[in-house]
Amino acid sequence: MADQIAIGGFSRLWRNGLLVLIFALGAWAWASGLLPTMFDLWDDIVFLTRQHIMLVAISGGLAILVGIPLGVALTRRRLRRYGDIVLQVLNIGATIPTLAVLALSMSLLGIGDKPAIFGLFVVTLLPIVSNTLAGIRAVPPYLIEAAQGMGMSPWQILWKVELPNAMFVIYAGIRTALAINVGTVPLAFLIGGGGLGELIFSGIALNEFGMMLAGAIPTALLAILVDFLMSQMQLWTIPRGVNPLR
Amino acid sequence: MIRLEDVTKVFPGAAQPAVDHVTMEVPAGEICVLLGPSGCGKTTTMKMVNRLIEPSSGKIYIDDKDTNDYDPVQLRRTLGYVIQQIGLFPNKTIEDNICIVPDILGWDRSKSRGRAAELLEMVALDPKIFLKRYPKELSGGQQQRIGVLRAIAADPPVLLMDEPFGAIDPINRAIIQDEFLKMQATMKKTIMFVSHDIDEAVKMADRIAIFSEGRLVQYDTPDNILAHPKNRFVSDFVGSDRTLKRLQLLKVTDAMMHDPPSVRAEDTLATAAALMEENGHTSIIMVGPAGRVRGYVDLKTAKSTKGKVGENHETLPTTINVTEDLRTAVSTMFRHDVAWLACVDNDRIFKGYVTLRGITHLLGEAHRDG
Repeated sequence: MADQIAIGGFSRLWRNGLLVLIFALGAWAWASGLLPTMFDLWDDIVFLTRQHIMLVAISGGLAILVGIPLGVALTRRRLRRYGDIVLQVLNIGATIPTLAVLALSMSLLGIGDKPAIFGLFVVTLLPIVSNTLAGIRAVPPYLIEAAQGMGMSPWQILWKVELPNAMFVIYAGIRTALAINVGTVPLAFLIGGGGLGELIFSGIALNEFGMMLAGAIPTALLAILVDFLMSQMQLWTIPRGVNPLR
Repeated sequence: MIRLEDVTKVFPGAAQPAVDHVTMEVPAGEICVLLGPSGCGKTTTMKMVNRLIEPSSGKIYIDDKDTNDYDPVQLRRTLGYVIQQIGLFPNKTIEDNICIVPDILGWDRSKSRGRAAELLEMVALDPKIFLKRYPKELSGGQQQRIGVLRAIAADPPVLLMDEPFGAIDPINRAIIQDEFLKMQATMKKTIMFVSHDIDEAVKMADRIAIFSEGRLVQYDTPDNILAHPKNRFVSDFVGSDRTLKRLQLLKVTDAMMHDPPSVRAEDTLATAAALMEENGHTSIIMVGPAGRVRGYVDLKTAKSTKGKVGENHETLPTTINVTEDLRTAVSTMFRHDVAWLACVDNDRIFKGYVTLRGITHLLGEAHRDG
């Protein structure tokens, strides 16, 4: 409960701070004539944004598809005792800086979008697995006992009791994971993954603020959009009885 | 009917069996309370009935069918189950919570939802208000009522209840217990009910099974357990005030002197005195034309005064309804500092009287029998 609130509070702060920053940047950019130069790059922005979104969608989607079943599996009776071990391994993995993860991924898979997607997937996986694990573990044992006592099968208990009651924590994990993911995608450019990082890093290298902003502003907007979509899903798809937001 | 034959449970790594060769039978339609201190094996015994815990040895039959012949999941769908923590699913509405077992069994939706509304009305909760609410929006007492309704939704013949009213405050607990007993009077389920509270057991049970260290020490009616505890453990457990507890099991009618003499307003005091002396009483009740209690005359007044009863009677401080239990009767006597009470029915018609001496005698009888 406490860490969910912390995540919520953090992302709100982050979002508001970002908005102020964007506004200040935008005003300054326009005044200094940088923004008009950005519009010259419009075609690049559209292309790279699409690439950027693809990177987020594929790596994030894979992480969700792998992370939730993995988290669920680690709470099942047979695998329960491995839960903490796997979590430890993933935690150690999470302490490796994201740039290093991408570099390692490149040394393994070469240059291009494959290593980028793999690196992003690894970075995104941990919060999803750990929150799925924590969410299901936090379902009170007496709910499981009541469900068993009424004659629910293990599958019914998972789908009708454990997952719905862990949903909020699982969503919080996905939200954190996607925030990390979106924030890391610009680095994918460094290993040839493309995306808006291309404009940002090129802008920095060429000392062209217009180009840099052409990459940074869509990146920031995308981060806000993803977080907003996640918060709306969290609000509307979790039943009212177990949704602290409603 | 639930029958346990020589059932034993030894948990892996435990030196002592949790349940040690228990044989007992709960007759159909009765409430059997499994009673004992924590760790005595009562909950384990109950959980072996729906196979949440598998017995190490022994057989359990429900309506003469061996529970081992069923798939445990299928078996549990035919047995109602209520736990102390209630365990309503917070992600489901009250309606969906009540309909869990009907839904698993694949009942038609309109039938199960209709049943949910019907059940809510039975416990005086308005279906219009409560069906669509979530558990967190209900008070503890309301939640526990729903917990019971959920267990009986698919109308199982057998109910297993694990300290179902343990987490509720004493006032609400008494109300819910009464409500439950009223429901049980019509639904006649065979119930195994775990409790550690002797007062609850005395109130709810047709039979009490007292457990100690995994063994069934005594299995008898509440009155017999209180009147004839089998050994030191039972008598300590039921408490040194066990005889007082028996008072709530006995009704005023059990100790009442039936068809007592009475006088009317137009009778003379001499008649009253003669009647009292004939019966060895020191006072007599005056009744009205329909037989309702109006007052009383005592022997001293009747002997020392001349005239009609109607002009010399005194009013009674109180009366007691024949349907009350003796605990209430004794309490009423103490409150009004009297040693006897006139008993009336719901129409205040005079039915008899109870005396402190009569009650003492009744309680003593059981002890002399033993």
